[in-house]
Amino acid sequence: MPIFDALSPTRRAVLAGAAASVLAGPALALTDREARALIDGLVGEINTVINSGKSEAGMIRDFENIFNRYGDVPAIARTVLGQPFNAISSAEQAAYTTAFRGYISRKYGKRFREFIGGRIEVNDARAAGRFFEVRTTAFLRGEQPFDLTFVVMDSGGQDRFINMLIEGVNLLATERNEVRARLDRVGGSVPALTQALQSAG
Amino acid sequence: MRQPDISPAFKRPGIGAFALRASAFAAVVLLAGCAAAPADDPLAGVNRPVHAFNKGLDTVALRPASQVYGAVAPTPVRQGVSNFADNLSTPGDMVNNGLQGDLDGFARNTFRLLMNSTVGVLGIWDVASAMGVEPEETDFGETLHVWGVGEGAYVELPVFGPSTTRDAFGTVVDFVIDPVGTTLDGREADYALGARVGSVLDTRERFSTTIDSVLYDSADSYSQSRLIYLQNRRFELGGDDAQQTIDTESDLYADF
Repeated sequence: MPIFDALSPTRRAVLAGAAASVLAGPALALTDREARALIDGLVGEINTVINSGKSEAGMIRDFENIFNRYGDVPAIARTVLGQPFNAISSAEQAAYTTAFRGYISRKYGKRFREFIGGRIEVNDARAAGRFFEVRTTAFLRGEQPFDLTFVVMDSGGQDRFINMLIEGVNLLATERNEVRARLDRVGGSVPALTQALQSAG
Repeated sequence: MRQPDISPAFKRPGIGAFALRASAFAAVVLLAGCAAAPADDPLAGVNRPVHAFNKGLDTVALRPASQVYGAVAPTPVRQGVSNFADNLSTPGDMVNNGLQGDLDGFARNTFRLLMNSTVGVLGIWDVASAMGVEPEETDFGETLHVWGVGEGAYVELPVFGPSTTRDAFGTVVDFVIDPVGTTLDGREADYALGARVGSVLDTRERFSTTIDSVLYDSADSYSQSRLIYLQNRRFELGGDDAQQTIDTESDLYADF
């Protein structure tokens, strides 16, 4: 029953969100609730896509779109590259960021294929240093449920997720390792890395 | 702890019991001859050739076999085989639950073994999960962790894949203390081994997109496998995302 699957997490999220906002202290209440609201929206859209019955290519396009709207992709791109990002021209930075956006969207869009027919439920949001962590549980068909955590920050007045942890496996750390290995492979040239990322993922 | 997530190949490495003694022996021989390597990965010099071997094994055997298995066996059959294999590993989990003093895990696994072996017909149907009693999967590596043993160095075992020196030792102990492995013989042992191979093939097939991406699309598949395995294993044993964000990954967020 895909309709119920798609609706019930949202309903639970609203109820739990209301409870969380009452429990949280006044200083953090607003951002805490906002962090959660962002992930509620994100999860709601993911659940709709994985139960839409669309073609795989159609779903991957939808995931790319969701990733770009909810995630702070330029900040992720910058962090993943690290120091070399500051050493290149602004035109090269822009080109790299665009290539990274395509790469990361294709790569993780494809992985969400494994979620088809499943659902994600939002559990709670809490402060973690300067950020907020929104913890969710993914229920895939025929699997034990697993933990999926989003790290959310205020990015220029808008909440965006900057990291995702799948059973502890950290997107930012994993991609930093991967992109820096790719940079080494092209002798440290960011334009060459940019070109390679355009067809990767 | 919990089983399969998005990276089960890194969590439950291995093809089956048949290669354990040989690969453990090979690992010891290789460890003795290890070369200089980065401080956080002292065994890289031995691990990288083993990784190349394991990747080749995946290319020529595991990956194609999993595709055939996925095409030939319908999903309910594969699920039943995997459930049967999981049920056989429950007594070993219970031994480790006991050694860790995990009474809740021990009670849940005992309930699961009783329900699934009877109502679930030898474990083919996972009726306990349907009743909301999820497994508490564990291993002797986790028992050592509970007893205060550190993870040691990262090690990639031939056939069995990513591990640590602590967890590799735990894998050997698990084979020795497994009540099922030491009880079954003859045809029963063959069925058990067959089910375990089927379970590995099923996992490889089900998560093929992610596993293929790590093994075949990464710039450095050894380094990616190592990082993913260690993050996931530490999460399983420690299990707190917030701690990871604040403590160990502080430099990761330095730019934000």
